[in-house]
Amino acid sequence: MPLVFAGVCSHAPGITNRPERAEARQRERLYAGFERLRLAIEAARPDALVIVAAEHFANFFMNNMPAFAMGMAEHYEGPIEDEKWLGIPHARVPGNRDLSLRLVSRVMQEVDVAYAEEWKLDHGIMVPLHFLTPRWDLPIVPANINCQGPPLTPLHRAYAFGRALRSACDEAPERLALLGTGGISHWPATPNSGKINEAWDREFLARWAENRRDALLSYTDAETYRDGGQGGFEIRTFITVAGAAQGSTGEIWCYEPIPVFAVGCTIGIIKSL
Amino acid sequence: MSLYYLQKLLYQINRDPEIRKRFEADREGVLAGYELSAEELGAIRGPDIGLLYVLGVNGQILMHYAAMCGFEWNAYLEAMREGVRRHGPVRAGLYKLVED
Repeated sequence: MPLVFAGVCSHAPGITNRPERAEARQRERLYAGFERLRLAIEAARPDALVIVAAEHFANFFMNNMPAFAMGMAEHYEGPIEDEKWLGIPHARVPGNRDLSLRLVSRVMQEVDVAYAEEWKLDHGIMVPLHFLTPRWDLPIVPANINCQGPPLTPLHRAYAFGRALRSACDEAPERLALLGTGGISHWPATPNSGKINEAWDREFLARWAENRRDALLSYTDAETYRDGGQGGFEIRTFITVAGAAQGSTGEIWCYEPIPVFAVGCTIGIIKSL
Repeated sequence: MSLYYLQKLLYQINRDPEIRKRFEADREGVLAGYELSAEELGAIRGPDIGLLYVLGVNGQILMHYAAMCGFEWNAYLEAMREGVRRHGPVRAGLYKLVED
């Protein structure tokens, strides 16, 4: 079946672990955005959700860091963080090993993706799922991109990963949804936590929504670090979704810079695949 | 310069409950298994969260160790700022990499 849905959202742990500290109207607009996204995914009636996240050392370390990896298990456990700290109770999230195997095999025709038959979920996947599949009833295929341990995955490869994922999803008999999750500019877990470069974010989101490949791939890591912080390296997840949606444009449903959540909280969708 | 092993130790303490238990019961025994400098060992024992940050530990690893050591979020952020005031700018790792 052709891919039935593609979108992006933020995943910052502050969204669930310190919601009371955010300005109330901003928080409500963000939560309303997540609810709109949940309904849009439900309306697409997916059989499974492919969720492309940024590696934060939940599963991989610099002794063996894949540029891309995909989960291939019947179920996944999370969060790895303290559940009270994150504000999301521990859960077992269903997977679909057979589906993962077919997707990984197809992606491998174009991109050398690693696979993992064991995979722990951190806030990078649990925060979006907490809003989007709150009953943990939609099987997922987790994927991630190395955005933290240099040398980082090149942007054009993240785009190519999206192209490969799209082919794999289109060729599968299932109805599949694709979600990328990452921050734009942010400096998480550092002394600059809370800093947000709104102008840089809005420029990136404009490029993403117009799906301008060359403009999206033109950022160097040095520029991204200077303007968007080390968290800005997670633009790779948005770029993968842009690759999957090549030829289509997107729409930003929500952009709320919320310092206490340490990121410009974003929700966007691809309008027609 | 053994940032790799310093981060590996903190990563494993966070991700492997067995190593964490051993670390809590016999810290020096666990530390002996990693190639760490005297400064790194001191920062772990302190714990000196600010120095660990200056030495280049990634925040996505360090925040878990800080939480384990009882640092609330704001205290963790302040410890890193204090580390920079006392020990100077970050010396290695991701936060150093593309700054020069």
